[in-house]
Amino acid sequence: MGPGGRVLLAHGSGGRLMHELVQDLFLRYLGNSLLAAGDDAAVWSVPGLGAGRLAVTTDSYVVSPIFFPGGDIGKLAVCGTVNDLAMVGAEPLALTAGFILEEGLSLSDLERVVVSMAEAAREAGVAVAAGDTKVVDRGKADQIFINTAGVGWVRDGTHLSGAHARPGDVVLVSGTVGEHGLAVLSMREGLEFSFPLASDCAALNGLVAEMLSCGGVLRCLRDPTRGGLATTLNEIALQSGVGIELEEAAVPVSEGVRAACELLGLDPLYAACEGRLVAVASPESEGVLLETLRRNRLGRQAARIGRVTANPAGRVVLLTAYGGRRILDMLSGAQLPRIC
Amino acid sequence: MCLAVPTRILEVEGQEAEAEIGGVRRRISVALTPEVRPGDYVLVHAGFAISVLDEEEARESLELFKELGLPETEP
Amino acid sequence: MIRYVDEFRDPELVRRLLDWIQERADRQMRFMEFCGGHTHAILKFGIRSLLPPQVKMLSGPGCPVCVTSARDMDRALALTSVKGLILATFGDMMRVPGSRGSLQDAKAQGADVRIVYGCLDALALARAHPGREVVFLAVGFETTAPTVAASVLEARAQGVGNFSVLSLHKLTPPAMEAILQAGEVELDGILGPGHVTTIIGARAWEFLPGRHRIPCAVAGFEPTDILWGILALVEMAASGRPAVCNAYTRSVRADGNPEARRRMEEVFEVVDADWRGLGRLPASGLSLREEFSSFDAARRHPAEAPLDGVDPPGCRCGDVLRGVLEPPQCPLFGKRCSPEAPVGPCMVSGEGICAAYLRYAAC
Repeated sequence: MGPGGRVLLAHGSGGRLMHELVQDLFLRYLGNSLLAAGDDAAVWSVPGLGAGRLAVTTDSYVVSPIFFPGGDIGKLAVCGTVNDLAMVGAEPLALTAGFILEEGLSLSDLERVVVSMAEAAREAGVAVAAGDTKVVDRGKADQIFINTAGVGWVRDGTHLSGAHARPGDVVLVSGTVGEHGLAVLSMREGLEFSFPLASDCAALNGLVAEMLSCGGVLRCLRDPTRGGLATTLNEIALQSGVGIELEEAAVPVSEGVRAACELLGLDPLYAACEGRLVAVASPESEGVLLETLRRNRLGRQAARIGRVTANPAGRVVLLTAYGGRRILDMLSGAQLPRIC
Repeated sequence: MCLAVPTRILEVEGQEAEAEIGGVRRRISVALTPEVRPGDYVLVHAGFAISVLDEEEARESLELFKELGLPETEP
Repeated sequence: MIRYVDEFRDPELVRRLLDWIQERADRQMRFMEFCGGHTHAILKFGIRSLLPPQVKMLSGPGCPVCVTSARDMDRALALTSVKGLILATFGDMMRVPGSRGSLQDAKAQGADVRIVYGCLDALALARAHPGREVVFLAVGFETTAPTVAASVLEARAQGVGNFSVLSLHKLTPPAMEAILQAGEVELDGILGPGHVTTIIGARAWEFLPGRHRIPCAVAGFEPTDILWGILALVEMAASGRPAVCNAYTRSVRADGNPEARRRMEEVFEVVDADWRGLGRLPASGLSLREEFSSFDAARRHPAEAPLDGVDPPGCRCGDVLRGVLEPPQCPLFGKRCSPEAPVGPCMVSGEGICAAYLRYAAC
């Protein structure tokens, strides 16, 4: 538990503290095999529903500011939920959206968000089937909070999980990392760009469907959101009880993200993505998967970035550009900017 | 222990300047480097330019690294 | 391509410099990288694991966050209970422990603590909230102090009345002197702080070869810069001819940045200061001059009761900061003391020495 017995902002950043909170508190009381599996959505077979499996996920969106280059909280809510389903190989069937609105929020801003949600849902081919609206006093919520649930269907034969990685597997990423995190942070810090640094927010279900039918053997898909690529890889390493070797020079990072990270003293490996996925696959599948990814506009800069090893189990090792090796840990605390 | 980032000066307006690194634009103070000119590269720390980078020295350093000349160490 | 960064990270050059160091280091050599930024870079770029075994790097007290005493943190924390006051701070200070918790804890309990990237951001906050008092927690060495001085001068020029600074600034040469005087560690050279020296000038380190017969190489922070500096130290240690080598010529000059020093001297005066791990060092800190009292948070809010500043029990940060103990040798390292629950300031986030060792552990 965090020191001092209080919830800290760091508990929400996707890193170590959050993991500890989930283990020590939520799983302790609410624990069951579905919740404990630790994947992006819970998957189980329902007697009578057919040969596939049902997938369910939930998320809350509290991003600030609510409008940012490349998206807004509404688009994020739809894409994020659809992606959680896609990561377990589920086709999205329906979403729910519960809104918590702050008194005083401009109705035109709200409309902008909802229009954006509708567009994102249409593009992803999913419907918002149920909703809820609550309003709280001014100051009790930051403009809008959105909670979602997603329901999907995993076809028979698809078995993706963070626990399935095996030594020898390859690790791929679908594109440049850190775009979303830096776009939001840059907006907050008032950084301007000569060319736009936009969030990569996108629904990945179409891309995932292509990957599932291309003949490659996929073990696991995960979208590196809060905590970034480093945290996601650590989660997989822990779930599967394997090691992961990450080649620093192979990780695609755009110039703008790199520059913003230098300026803000941040590490792109820990910055959030909202339109990227990490794939762990059998080594023979590398070629066909990369080809499939790169054919899709959401996977143009896909790359192989590492491999799964037997040891050190549960850890990620970074191979630096200089031939050095060091541990790449899960995000610790919130990413605080460095001055010195 | 101080994070300072090399940034290119685009425009100077009094004690402030518009600067750019890798496509990211920022407004910084040049109060501590009054001699700065557009096109110069400066090191920026905590929103201030603290030195103007010497292009010639930079080039020479890289040459020395490449040729493995040794650092100047005569007292 | 980010200019002045990427060229100095060229893997080819890095490998060559490493080979050269391996060749020229003819015996065991121990160098202290004074500056936390160097510790961080050496670990992050994996240089530590690539240096030949005969070259050993020790970390020093050059981390302004780590050397902030519990007592000074208590002064900052006391300000957060002033009604309506906004405390603006660099992010790295959020988790430094005082006697009863950190700024992060205070924030969780409702204090208005905000992270800024520099003093001018704090000044902007003050202008944006004219009805509230804004205090900037001024931590840092000679690289940061001039930026705070310039901000205070700006505040005065603009007539901003709700802005002040709590100066915890410290000076680096006295700390280096104290470490050498203590004689606890045998050193063959010191890797000097490139950005501090950008301000104070390479000449400021002449007391090292002069008084202590120890070579000093002032280095930048990219991998080639650091290795170039280490190579210079190896050369000087091997030849037995200590000197000050400017290994960061694109930024460091013999007389530094006179304009920056002028502003620093205009606003600040030199005082004694408390350093965690080193104790009270004479003439090692900066305090605002009398004529700037309206911008001095210490004068605006004098400490009411004597503040003792209790260091956490079992904490060995002091020994780590003096190079006597390497982080993994501290009994609390990675066990009771971790980045999620730091006991001492050396473990605070990625900025502290211990956090850097843990986070970038070689394997």
